[in-house]
Amino acid sequence: MNRKEMELNSVEVWDGNTCNAQAFRQASVDVVAAYPITPSTNTVENYATFHANGYVDGEFIMVESEHAAMSACVGAAAAGGRVATATSSQGCALMVEVLYQCAGMRLPAVLCLVNRALAAPLNVNGDHSDMYLTRDAGWIQLDSFNAQEAYDLTLMSFKIGEHKDVRLPVISNQDGFLTSHTAQTVRPLPDKVAYDFIGDYVQVNAMLDFSKPVTHGVQTEHDWHFEHKAKQHAALQGALPIVEEIFKEFKKLTGREYNLVETHKMDDAEVAIVCLGTTYETATIAADELREQGIKAGVIAPRLFRPFPLVQLAQKLQNVKALACMDRSAPGGTVGALYNEVAGALFNTPARPVLRNLIYGLGGRDITVNELKEIFTDLQNDAKNGKLTGKIQRLHGVRGPELSFYEL
Amino acid sequence: MSKSIKEMGWDELVPGAALFSFNANVDYLMAETQPEDRIYAETNSKNAYVGDWRVFKPVWNSELCIDCQNCWLFCPDTAIISRNKEMVGVDYDHCKGCGICVEVCPTNPKSLLMFNEIEKNEDALTKWPEKKKKGEEE
Repeated sequence: MNRKEMELNSVEVWDGNTCNAQAFRQASVDVVAAYPITPSTNTVENYATFHANGYVDGEFIMVESEHAAMSACVGAAAAGGRVATATSSQGCALMVEVLYQCAGMRLPAVLCLVNRALAAPLNVNGDHSDMYLTRDAGWIQLDSFNAQEAYDLTLMSFKIGEHKDVRLPVISNQDGFLTSHTAQTVRPLPDKVAYDFIGDYVQVNAMLDFSKPVTHGVQTEHDWHFEHKAKQHAALQGALPIVEEIFKEFKKLTGREYNLVETHKMDDAEVAIVCLGTTYETATIAADELREQGIKAGVIAPRLFRPFPLVQLAQKLQNVKALACMDRSAPGGTVGALYNEVAGALFNTPARPVLRNLIYGLGGRDITVNELKEIFTDLQNDAKNGKLTGKIQRLHGVRGPELSFYEL
Repeated sequence: MSKSIKEMGWDELVPGAALFSFNANVDYLMAETQPEDRIYAETNSKNAYVGDWRVFKPVWNSELCIDCQNCWLFCPDTAIISRNKEMVGVDYDHCKGCGICVEVCPTNPKSLLMFNEIEKNEDALTKWPEKKKKGEEE
């Protein structure tokens, strides 16, 4: 390493994008290929500034599109380097084809996905449409609820993806603008500590190893495609205990605790909200306020969207009577993806709560503490009656007459 | 890897559908080593028969060949075998019958011609055309 070390304070004021860029720098990434897109632009912009000022010794490639950005990352990763990039929304949609390539080729790239709505109509604000878009691409997906977590999880993404039994690319999600553009206090690790935590990059089947020629991205038809996908699926499912192990290691280093499923007052909760992203923190405030009124409210959020922690989630929901699954993505003619996952996790368990699906916050529409308290109140009705009071799916907070679907 | 690839289960595959052309590390100069002397892996395309695409095949007439190497140079599948700049023959395991070798052959008459796949090579050689006079070509 011949880069300059950066002096960091024990507490910095960073937004989520700065967190990503700092994590890239500390991981000493070999190649960052980037095409800017709101709201993830500042991730690569900050990284470019570090590069220009001598704090980075890797390559920074400016490309002509997000498709090219991910393609360059795949090429560099296959050649044998540690790679990372960032994107959002339409850019992510353009990357999708290559995301499948990257995961199928088992290249541990890191993608910071700053979640944003998908057009049309064009919208730069946060929702989870792009996260859902990539859900079957075979990437591990971590989800952060604030800037500190964005920093921590992006750092850990390298360690998780590069683990010898995982070797899969990792998406580090954060909410567009809410996390990415809100400056918060962040406790970074010193450069050396952060780098030592991740460790040196270990090349596997590198194309630049001329003594062992290798073909990447080969063609397999019906004869082998299925087996390769099976292996990929096994690696994803097998990543859960490894992720847990790395979370523990990180806790030992920093004191900051991460779990496969994050919970807030779930031990005795009767009504609960399951959600992703920044909504978790808002919901914890709502739950705390309701607890003061004697309502047993809890909040639960999977830390990983892929591989989905089905068992761990189901275990924590066995005593809950009513549950709202919050989906921040246009439902596209069915129930939300998170509802599907949670329902799938619960269906074969002995005790399962009444489930409702709320579509909310699309295109950056706010979700407030009061709204979440109302949702908890609805759940209490469900819990009291032992069945759904209303339809299964509701579009929460949309203007006009109430829009709700799907009744049994 | 002692097991044949066809007997392997999903859990035995190389992650990422990566294929190795050679079994061992390559510690020799590839350019100076003839294909038959290289240590190919089972998964190398060298070991795969892909000639079943062919409808017409090129037949080589050694008596007319001037060893110009055009066919060897232009073959998209390295299916022309040449040793020390001398034409040896056609690798029918990998030739797809595209006909480029015949197209680029400069002799008169051509020393490579396309014949029906079912025709025997020795029969094909008896049907070779005469030398064409000037102005007669095509």
